[in-house]
Formats: sequence, C-alpha cells, structure tokens
Amino acid sequence: MRGVRLLWPLLAILIAFAVGGLLTWAFGHDPFSAYGALISGSLGSGYAISTTLTDALPLMITGLAVALSFQSGLFNIGASGQYWLGAIVAVWLGYSLKLPTPLHLLVCLLAGALAGALWAALIPGLAKAFRGANEVITTLMMTYVATYLGHYLIEGGPMQAPGYTPQSPHLLPSAILPNLVSGTQLSVGIFLAPLLAALTWFLLSRTRLGFSLRISGYNPRAARYAGVRPVVAILAALGLSGALAGLAGAVQMMGVDHRLFDSFGTSYGYTGIVVALLARNNPFGVLLAALLFGVLSSGANAMQINAGVPFHLVDVIQGVIIFFVAAEGLMRYLRLRSGGNS
Amino acid sequence: MSALLEVRQLTKRFGTLTALDHVDFDLLPGEVHALLGENGAGKSTFMNLLYGLLRPDSGSVSLEGVSYQPASPKDAVLAGVGMVHQHFMLIPALTVAENVALGDEPRRGFGIDLGSVEKKLAELAAEYHLEVNPRAKVADLSVGLRQRVEILKAFYRRARLLILDEPTALLTPQESQQLFRAVRAFQERGISVIFISHKLDEVQALSGRVTVLRRGQVVGTLTTDQTSPAELARLMVGRSLAPPVRPPSRPGPALLEVRDLQAQGLGPLGFQVRAGEILAVAGVEGNGQEALIAALAGWSRSQGEVLLDGRPLGRLGVRARAEAGLGLVPSDRQEDGLVLPLPVRDNLALRAYHRPPYSHSGVLDLPYWATHAETLVREFDVRPPDRRAPAAALSGGNQQKVVLARELAASPKVLVVSQPTRGLDIGASQFVYSKLLDLRAAGKAVLLVSLDLDEIFALADRIAVLYRGRLMGTVPSESATREGIGLMMLGQEA
Repeated sequence: MRGVRLLWPLLAILIAFAVGGLLTWAFGHDPFSAYGALISGSLGSGYAISTTLTDALPLMITGLAVALSFQSGLFNIGASGQYWLGAIVAVWLGYSLKLPTPLHLLVCLLAGALAGALWAALIPGLAKAFRGANEVITTLMMTYVATYLGHYLIEGGPMQAPGYTPQSPHLLPSAILPNLVSGTQLSVGIFLAPLLAALTWFLLSRTRLGFSLRISGYNPRAARYAGVRPVVAILAALGLSGALAGLAGAVQMMGVDHRLFDSFGTSYGYTGIVVALLARNNPFGVLLAALLFGVLSSGANAMQINAGVPFHLVDVIQGVIIFFVAAEGLMRYLRLRSGGNS
Repeated sequence: MSALLEVRQLTKRFGTLTALDHVDFDLLPGEVHALLGENGAGKSTFMNLLYGLLRPDSGSVSLEGVSYQPASPKDAVLAGVGMVHQHFMLIPALTVAENVALGDEPRRGFGIDLGSVEKKLAELAAEYHLEVNPRAKVADLSVGLRQRVEILKAFYRRARLLILDEPTALLTPQESQQLFRAVRAFQERGISVIFISHKLDEVQALSGRVTVLRRGQVVGTLTTDQTSPAELARLMVGRSLAPPVRPPSRPGPALLEVRDLQAQGLGPLGFQVRAGEILAVAGVEGNGQEALIAALAGWSRSQGEVLLDGRPLGRLGVRARAEAGLGLVPSDRQEDGLVLPLPVRDNLALRAYHRPPYSHSGVLDLPYWATHAETLVREFDVRPPDRRAPAAALSGGNQQKVVLARELAASPKVLVVSQPTRGLDIGASQFVYSKLLDLRAAGKAVLLVSLDLDEIFALADRIAVLYRGRLMGTVPSESATREGIGLMMLGQEA
C-alpha cells in the first residue's frame, strides 16, 4: 500500500520525461542531449546547484502552505496572493524600519507570515466559517486583489522608490538574508525549508491541533462527532497555510529580489499546488517535489543554450507531470469501480 | 418442471478474494426462492452477475434453456430480468409514470405518450396488487410506495424474473405485509422471484425454497417448510446461535431525562431512560431520529432540557457532553463514527484525543494511543487485529466494534446507540447485542434508536415510537405487539 503510494508520483515523473523526450525527438532534436543539458545545467556545478536550490526554495515553502491546507480539507488556491502580501509587508518593513540585523530579519519574516495568514484567514476564512463561502473562489479572488495592490503600491503608490521605475526602495542591509554561495542568489533562507517542513510535519501528525485539522480534512462529519469546532479548524488551517505562503514571499524578497519589482509574476503559489499534489501533501515529499521543479526551471535555460531545445519544452514536461498526478485520482476511482464489493 | 433459470458452477473473483465459488442454483417458473446469507456471503455479487452489472470469471447461466450472458442491465431487462435494489433508482422530481417510462418512452410525434404509460400502469397495478397513482410525484411517495414504483418499472419492461434485494429493510410491518401479498400475486401469474433477505421469519413466510450462501459457496438449498429458523441460522453462520439472553430488568433512577426537547423537525418530546434499562425508539426512517441524535449529541441547537444523571447538559458542546458521561454510537459509522482513511489506533482515540492521557499540552501521546488500541482491539476481538490498518479496510462488523470499543472505553453513564447493527451480519449483531446487554446489567442507561423491530423486541425494556418528530407513546416491551408498534409507527396513538 505504502509502496504503491510512492510509486505513482515517480511513475508520473518518468512518463512525463518520456513524453517530453518523444516530443523533443519529434521536433528534430536529440532528447538525450537535451536532458543531458537539463541535468548538467541544474546539477552539474556548484553554481548550477545553487541556482536550482534558489529556484526551489519559494516552491518548497508555498508547497508546504498548500499541502497543509489540503491535509485540512481546504483548497487554498490563493497561496499566490498570500505570497505577495508577505512580500509586500516584508519589503515595506525591510526598507522603512531601522533595527539591528538579527531583529530586523526576524521582524520582517514574522510580519510577512502574519500578513499572509491574515490575507487567508480574515476574508476567505471568516466567509467560509460563518457563511460557507467556497475558499477556492475567495482565496483566488483575494489573489487578484493582492496582485493589483502590489502594482498600485509601486506604480505611483506610497512604496514607489524615487524616480520613474516602478519599483520599491531597496531593502536595508539589515533586512537582507545573508548570501550563502557568492556569485549566486542562494541565501541562508534555504535552511528554513527543512525546518518548516519538519514543523509542518510535527504540527500535522503529532499535535492536537494537527489531528483536528486532519480529521476535519478527511471527514468533517466525524470531526463534528469528535468535537472539533469547524470555525476553529477553518481559521487555523487557512491562517497557517497563509502564514507559510506569506513567509515564502518574505524569504524570496529578503533573499533574492531585495525589492518589489513591477514585473512580479504570481506563479509560485500556483506551482506550489502542483508541488503539493506531486508530494501527496507529505511535508518532506514537498521538499523533493519542489527540488524537481527547481531542476526543471534552472536547467531549462541550459537546455535551450546547449542543446537548442526551446525551454518551453520544460512547461510541457511540467504539464504532463500534473496530468499524470491528477490521473492517479482517476485510476483509484476506476480501481474502486472495477473492484466492487460483494 | 424445467427450470426458468439454471446457474452452474458460477464463479467470480475480485483479486485474491473469491466472492462466488462454483455456485449452482435453480429457479422454477412461479417460484419464490429466498437467498439467505450474511454480509459478504456473496448474495449481492450473485445478483449483480445475474443483472449484468458484473461479468463472471467462469460458469454458465441459462434462462429458459438458452445461454444467458448479460453484459449490462439493459441485456438483463431485454431478457426479462428485473431487479429492485435496496436503494431505489428513481428520480424524485418526476412522476410515477415518467419514472417508469424513463429510458423506454413510447413516442408520439416529438413527445412522449405518457397517457399510454399511465393506462398500462393502471392495468399492471390492478393485476399485481401494486396500486399507486401514476401522476404522483415520486418525491411525495412513502418508501413503500417508491418500492412499488420500482417493481412496476420492472413489470412494465415485461420482467418474468424479479430480483428483490432486501426489500423489507426500510418498510414498516404493514408495508411488508402488503409487499408479501403482492409477491404472492406475482407467483400466481407465473413470475419467478429471487428474494434476498437476512430475516428468517420473512424467508419462512414467503419462499418455497431457500438457498443459503456462506463465503461465496452454496451451503444448502432447502424446501422452506421442511426447515426451521434455527437450522437456517446455523447454515448461514456455520454454527448455532442462541438468542440474546435478557434477564429481567431492575431499573434504578433516571440517568437520562429529556423534557420538552425541541429542534428542527423534532418535538416537543420528553422521556426518561433509567439505570439498568434499554429504552428503544422505534419508527420509520426519517421521522426525526437523526434530529433526536443531533440534539442529544450537541450537534444542533435545540430547546428544552436534557439531564444526564441529574446534571443539565444545557449548551454544553460535544466534548463536554462526552466527558459528562454521554456515549454515542451514531447511525452512520462510516460517515460520522469513523475517519475511514485513518488507522484503527487513531479512530479509537477520536473522541478523547484532546485530553490526557491521549495528549498533553497540545502534543499527542502516540505511544499511549498504541497501547490503548492494542488493548481494545484484543478485548473487542477486532479483525484483523491490527491497530495500524485503516478503518476502511475493516468489514462493517469490525468497524462497528471499533466504534463500540471507543465509546465503551470512556465508561459512559448513558449510551445513545443508533441503528447499531445496520448492515451487520448475525454474528456481529450478536456481539453488539451482548455488549449493550452488558451495559444494561452494569446499571447504565441505553437509548436504542432503531428501525429494526426484531432488534427492538430482542433488547428493549420499553419501546417509544417516534412519528413525525413526536413520541406516539411508550409501552413496556412485554405488553407490546408488533402490530401495535407498527400502527404507532404509522401515526396512530397507543
């Protein structure tokens, strides 16, 4: 049973790479040299590994955020919005507060987490707890609000740095996570990932709150019978999930970007969903799944440069992984049907 | 007389499990043939094979001497085989005639000729004693009438062989009697009936022959009037069973007292359950049983007073009620009582994980859970005896053992149990009964909410009848009769 659980995500990855290879071949490239370039570009040198870890870090933390909400039976699709709120608040405090280094780092990280938590718990959480509003819709809508809020703040809003470029002021040195490998963007923030994974695992599997969240996730009616108050479970699950997503934003700003740019994408929160799915919501699996996506993203450029394969092929591989991870649900359903019961 | 249906060496496997093992079976024209067996004995698999829902691995079936291999229920219907499932397959928003015609509508131009359906239905209804208004909406019909619609649907499609899967499970005694009358009418008109049941008295009342299945094998086909309930029970479970022994009651003070209880779809009503007593709440499904459970459990808001050993429960929440000594075995063990994907160990801690010794300052004491589970699994003989197995992997009887073990481990003063043996086989039911009687002997109060009159008469000291959310009266079980209780279940005052 447990073996099968692990087998399927691995199989999904293998099939995805096989399909990607076929496509590469069909378009007249050599799949082996393409994948060779992908691997050496992502894992082949200290620099490559640092870039891979840098790319994986925000996915690790947003993946944990999504996994925690999924385990609680809530679909926090809006980790992106909470990520941006965390980023905005961390940047704001990072350039405006004057504090000694360790304290400044701590304040910015915690404030980012708190901002993400409130963004998820306040409107989507309360609306779900008291009015039954579907959190898929509300967290998604809150993501648009967060993105546009970010644009406003740095495009003529209060956070725009002097000048015409739509960007915020640079963080003060005291709010920047120290660099780990010089010449790369990898910061000490990477150490947060295993720590957060361990904390998430401990919370879910070893604490009273975590057990309440999990039984609410598996079976809300049994949770009621066990005496879990749904309002508490919903607010805690969305709040904690949002806190992780917000923390991801803060870590990214303080470790890599060092300021808010106008060009920010919103994809980390969404890719976090795929990471959580691939990891079957296991916190340690999230680290591995995020690492895979880090490899794909950091190796894509090398693949294009060295093997001449367009890096959009990597999007295809990601898509096929998602497809097969999702297809597993379908397989289980079919097995149940054909198995039947007497 | 040559057989209508001949089944030879029929076998069906699911993975390593042989659900049906070289089964031989004959059905004569106009015969009512009962199929008896515990849950998991293979009854449903057998019928699903005959109805084209499953394909056999080996063996043969012939219908009127011709090989019969239905690939889908459609083939079965075309061959003249009809099946009425336990859960009806009707569309509540449509009328009786529309439901009957669905999938086989007579056309008239671009429309449907419902008039001809209604006319044909009236003829069939008269012929088979199945009166029902063709223009009534199914949503407005009682369970008994819905079942008639299902049967009429089969006859409308010219069924000559009718499979009834536990047809009386949801019926009142009166409705069951009407069904039996109808089945005898089918028989007179040459219709063959396979009647699945685990109620021995019904098998005796209705069938000419009875085939007993155990673990996928036919253990005997007997002529009904040459056998006895004891023999059938023994064949079914493989050993002889004694009815539960209920020593005379010596009730003490009231442990559960309910006054003017009112909630959505319930009450006002009041009753007492005394120490050392089992009070049964009888009633047709959907007459307020779930509202009563929810109000007692603290799941829903209610008015009125509930006193547990003299202490008002008031607005206490689910956990506070449990800690005050209120145990609860919910009606639906899979939806309410268990978290199926979680291991037995976690399910045994489900109602008390928030407090010592299950957890300390917010952190779970999993080693304690494991030893606690180990003890209960052994004490309640849960099979497989594996605390790590997910609850979903257990049979219904063993799932119920887990629920019972958990509730009894909390040593409740009052245990509310709802339909504790629904879907359980005889062996597992006996186990549940013995645990409830143990509780009674230990001077606790048991409130038994049940749809099963056999169960109620076997266990209860007093019987209260719930009808449309109100109690129609309470009678001591010694002086109660099935007919009397049945009438109260239909809304007549005691």
